[in-house]
Amino acid sequence: MCKPQWDVVVLGGGPAGLAAALAAEKAGADSVLLVERDNRLGGILVQCIHPGFGLHRFGKELTGPEYAHLDIQQVSKGKIQSMLNTFVLQISSQENHIDIRLMRTGIVETITTRSVVLAMGCRERTAGAISLAGPRPAGIYTAGAAQRLVNLQNILPGKNVVIAGSGDIGLIMARRMSLEGAKVHAVTEILPYAGGLARNLNQCLADFNIPLLLSTKVVHVYGQHRLEGVRIAPLNPQGTVIADAYQDIPCDTLLLSVGLIPENELSRRAGILMDSTTGGPLVDELCMTSVPGVFACGNALHVHDVADYVSEEADVAGKSAARFARCGHDPQELIPVSHGPQLRYALPQKIAPGSTTTLSFRVAKPLGRCQVEILQGGKRLYHKNHLRLIPSEMIRVSVEFHTAGAVEVLCEERP
Amino acid sequence: METHDVTIIGAGVVGNAIARELSKTTLRVLVVEKEADVAFGTSARNSGVVHSGIHYAPGSLRAKFAVQGNRMMQELCENLSVAYKRIGKLTVASTEHEMDKLHELKIQGEKNGVEGLQILNHTQMEQKQPGIAGLQALFSPTTGIINPIAFTIALGEHAHANGAQYRFLSEATSISQNPDGLYIINLKTPKGSETIHTRLIINCAGLHADAIARMTGYDEFTVYPCRGEYYVLDKRLSEELNLLIYPVPGAHSGGLGIHLTNTTEGNILIGPSNEYIEDPQDFSSTAEIMELLKAEGQALLPSLQTSDFIRSFAGLRPKLNPPSVGGFHDFVIHRQTIHPHVIHLLGIESPGLTASPAIALHVFEMVRDLIPFQMKMDWNPSFEQQNGIYRQPYPLSYYEDEVRLALLHKDPDFGTLICRCEEISKAEVHSAILRIFGPITLVGIKQRCRTMTGRCQGGFCLPRIISMLEQEFGHRADTQLYKGPQSPLFSGYLRGDGGPANV
Repeated sequence: MCKPQWDVVVLGGGPAGLAAALAAEKAGADSVLLVERDNRLGGILVQCIHPGFGLHRFGKELTGPEYAHLDIQQVSKGKIQSMLNTFVLQISSQENHIDIRLMRTGIVETITTRSVVLAMGCRERTAGAISLAGPRPAGIYTAGAAQRLVNLQNILPGKNVVIAGSGDIGLIMARRMSLEGAKVHAVTEILPYAGGLARNLNQCLADFNIPLLLSTKVVHVYGQHRLEGVRIAPLNPQGTVIADAYQDIPCDTLLLSVGLIPENELSRRAGILMDSTTGGPLVDELCMTSVPGVFACGNALHVHDVADYVSEEADVAGKSAARFARCGHDPQELIPVSHGPQLRYALPQKIAPGSTTTLSFRVAKPLGRCQVEILQGGKRLYHKNHLRLIPSEMIRVSVEFHTAGAVEVLCEERP
Repeated sequence: METHDVTIIGAGVVGNAIARELSKTTLRVLVVEKEADVAFGTSARNSGVVHSGIHYAPGSLRAKFAVQGNRMMQELCENLSVAYKRIGKLTVASTEHEMDKLHELKIQGEKNGVEGLQILNHTQMEQKQPGIAGLQALFSPTTGIINPIAFTIALGEHAHANGAQYRFLSEATSISQNPDGLYIINLKTPKGSETIHTRLIINCAGLHADAIARMTGYDEFTVYPCRGEYYVLDKRLSEELNLLIYPVPGAHSGGLGIHLTNTTEGNILIGPSNEYIEDPQDFSSTAEIMELLKAEGQALLPSLQTSDFIRSFAGLRPKLNPPSVGGFHDFVIHRQTIHPHVIHLLGIESPGLTASPAIALHVFEMVRDLIPFQMKMDWNPSFEQQNGIYRQPYPLSYYEDEVRLALLHKDPDFGTLICRCEEISKAEVHSAILRIFGPITLVGIKQRCRTMTGRCQGGFCLPRIISMLEQEFGHRADTQLYKGPQSPLFSGYLRGDGGPANV
């Protein structure tokens, strides 16, 4: 086998892919290829025309397209090559390189690279996942698909809307549909707390007088042809429907914002080990997966709350991929990272001894006054008190670890 | 006056199979369908199993047509480019009593002419499906799976290509006879009401066949809709199931039990439930059954995750036995004494899909006795090659790269993906749109090329198909339909006269 064609190939041109490609170039990769399936870079940011991006990374509030633009400009200035309208069919690890099977208009080809960054983002959960009872009329869309229709394709999906699920995209779309003249009757959430960020609850629902119905489920949809209404019912604390307390809301549109799933079909087919909680690959502090030379970041690794953190994580993955392309990789014994029951997950799942690593984690349910602790070999390396922590907000903490001792991330409620 | 020799009511699998059979002749054939497309009812909503014929009483029409249809299926699917696999089936006994039942099934199957039946012990069962539970199984090698939607569509498209006319969105509301003996069918259409004249009527209206039969005074039977709900599972699990595995059916059951079914495309189905309902149009999924199917699925496939349940759907069996009787009634194919030129087909539930080609031959012979006709000399059992039409049993992504490379030279759009989950190319979507011979609907496109059927359920491809329809076919988004004129997809454009500024 002759020299691989590329040092680093980044799969996905959204915020994660852009930042990873830029980081790889900056870290000295000789050749970086950015592969994007859409006809432009930016990923889902392109349809996120609302503000709220960039506060953390650029110190100012930007819209999605503006945030993407800053990275795209950097990409176009350097020597990163991008390949648009291109789908990746398969990645497979060979002895000294990785094969990537690509397809685009008129072409199917295999390219070779030393390292790969997985930055495919995530997809939305659908009606099938939430067991929506009733017929299958027109007018039921995922919130993200509706966002694309409204913001990029000039199409109003409907005029009387109910939104199932209080994820951020659902909240954003509640405001967006209202601004376009639609009546948003309610946002329902099966949990007793909201799935989206606090700022979105204020700016997208409260400011528009849209009711947020917690512990409430859309139990039935009506309409043989076009949606005619939905039945919603409250849930008791055990999460079962209080059947006789239902309410019918006439509407022609139901938007679903019921969760995001990291997009990892490629990763699975490549034999990469996955974490069933995050839905993304198992990674170390370099964002490297179980397959040497394959790195993962952004929403393909785990679903993030804000794009800024996606970029920050992708920076690590891109840098690591460039280093791998240049120097290869010395396998070493890694230290496992575990977490307490109050946390849903903690990333990365393993770290190299003595590394300085940013850990990302989320609580499993809302907590009041509580303390976050990071221990290694039973010794406390970090602690911080919080007044409130909610699952929708990711916590990121950078820690200098010692060379030995298992790492634990804990969170305990304090009276 | 619009006069036809034969009018078939209903463009499901039976109506289309008969239309195709009659398209071999010089008869002027019309198919009227109340929905916007072929395969919009029960024919698209079932397990897609080609049955062997073991379950039906010897001498019954169900036994005769299932065995005959099963034998015809291979050649027919090759001719029509429809996915079909003879994967075999195990009917599994878990108790001593069921083992006796298994031997009875084998004898019954052999009487019906089913070939290759074998009783397997547990070791032999393990060789077919590792990890399988049960004491004994009846192996029927001729049982297979088919894409029932593609099959129904292909029969219809082939009939149409050979001269059969189709009228969609045309619901028969009454039937009368003029003094010359010609039948007059009143149709409810988007224009209001229309009338057609026909010498012969074949009632293939499935769930509504009893209502049509009553229009000519035949009220012997009532169709009782019996709902079967399913879940479609992610293709990730396709290798978990090598062949069909059914429990031994209960004596009075009107179904064959909830089980896993492989599909030709690799999604496993879980279902169907068995519940009599009132409304023959109610294809609703219900919370109770969905919960039950999820639990059964998890028991049958321990590696199932919640994200693997990608879609639920329901089909309705047109049963002739009322709920109090249950079980199965034989197919009814009836010519009325007072209306010898009207043929009613009633209660064509399972194994109707398997039986459909054999039923079509049978009805063809009935028609031969009623109206003289000649055979066309140039009738081609396969589709003629049409430029720009992709017609293969599977989407391109199911084939080796060489197949795609060969097509890419003719049309680069075979490399442009519209659907990420099923990897359906723009050329395939384009071809599906061109193949539709009624109103263009999103469901019609989906049923022809599998867009919107994957794990994202159209989240990715739907906006892209909308753009294609706008830009390449001139269909404004505010006129686009989901499954018919009453199901507009959108309220309209937001700004200006429509169309995106720059997508």
